[in-house]
Amino acid sequence: MSDVKIEGYELKPGFKGMATDTGSDQTMFKGVQWGKVMMWIFLLSDTFVFSCFLISYMKGRASTVVDWPNTSEVFSLHVGSTPVPLLLIAIMTFVLITSSGTMALAVKYGYEKNRKMCGWLILATAIGGLTFVGMQVFEWSKLIHEGVRPWENPFGAKQFGSYFFMITGFHGFHVSIGVIFLFIFARKVFKGDFDNGKRGFFTTMKSDYVAIEILGLYWHFVDLVWVFIFAFFYLW
Amino acid sequence: MDEIENKETVASTHKIGIYLWIWGLLFVLSFFSYMVDWFAFQGLLRWTLILIFMFLKAGLIMAFFMHLFWERYALVNVLLWPMTAIACFIGLMAAEAKYTVFTRLLYFITGG
Repeated sequence: MSDVKIEGYELKPGFKGMATDTGSDQTMFKGVQWGKVMMWIFLLSDTFVFSCFLISYMKGRASTVVDWPNTSEVFSLHVGSTPVPLLLIAIMTFVLITSSGTMALAVKYGYEKNRKMCGWLILATAIGGLTFVGMQVFEWSKLIHEGVRPWENPFGAKQFGSYFFMITGFHGFHVSIGVIFLFIFARKVFKGDFDNGKRGFFTTMKSDYVAIEILGLYWHFVDLVWVFIFAFFYLW
Repeated sequence: MDEIENKETVASTHKIGIYLWIWGLLFVLSFFSYMVDWFAFQGLLRWTLILIFMFLKAGLIMAFFMHLFWERYALVNVLLWPMTAIACFIGLMAAEAKYTVFTRLLYFITGG
């Protein structure tokens, strides 16, 4: 949420504002904290990495002459004796969206300097992320047990395994890193580092609640990537 | 002084209602996309529904949870224009995949 007023100077809105911002012969992203811009640039590059994985998956799946495994059956769970299609994946999706919602609220309470609410919501987000990773571990071990390998699987086209492990693995790695940072930031919030502007561990800059928004951007991005993986890998 | 500053920052954040609405919508849309599989829709209908729900969810997350709706266009444009490069890449690789599967069928089945 960038400020429209900088040093008393009112910025122009819309596309006209974009033109003047870009051509202003000064900083281009006005009113946006530099760390936030850096996180956005990182997320943009990460978008390209995930896009390459998903495009490679599209190409592999579209060019194989062997039938692709039916994901609806491969990822089904048995409730009693009836198989429910994609049950675990659906639960994982809901867990990740829940944690995204708590993160959005944490950012809001952070800016309102509501230390306790912000801290508890970040902790809830971290626990949601941890649940997600736990379920992914369960999913992986189940599939490995059923004989899915990067080079072969009993359900159909051989490429399935390598794409599955690569794409969900890289996403799960992102979630795990996010969970670690969420726990670190929850501790920092509860300690009050963002209220008294304590200097960070790796930086001489004072802590500020904008860091929670930057952390939130990363976490929402992880959720965003899952939206695409869910659509293209599991549902398609 | 501190109190006045606090009040100003409180006023500049968004109301909690908007986040709860988006949150609810994301749940509903995820439920719908799961239903696409549940009712086992096939073919064009399945792909269209998956894409619609996917883009709606992605749009809501980026616009409101990631605050892009409130950001200045200078930042938004820098982030969204590179997506056209990805769209190009998808188009190129889709064409390439078609050619690969054509040659595979030609050589595997007819023997060249």
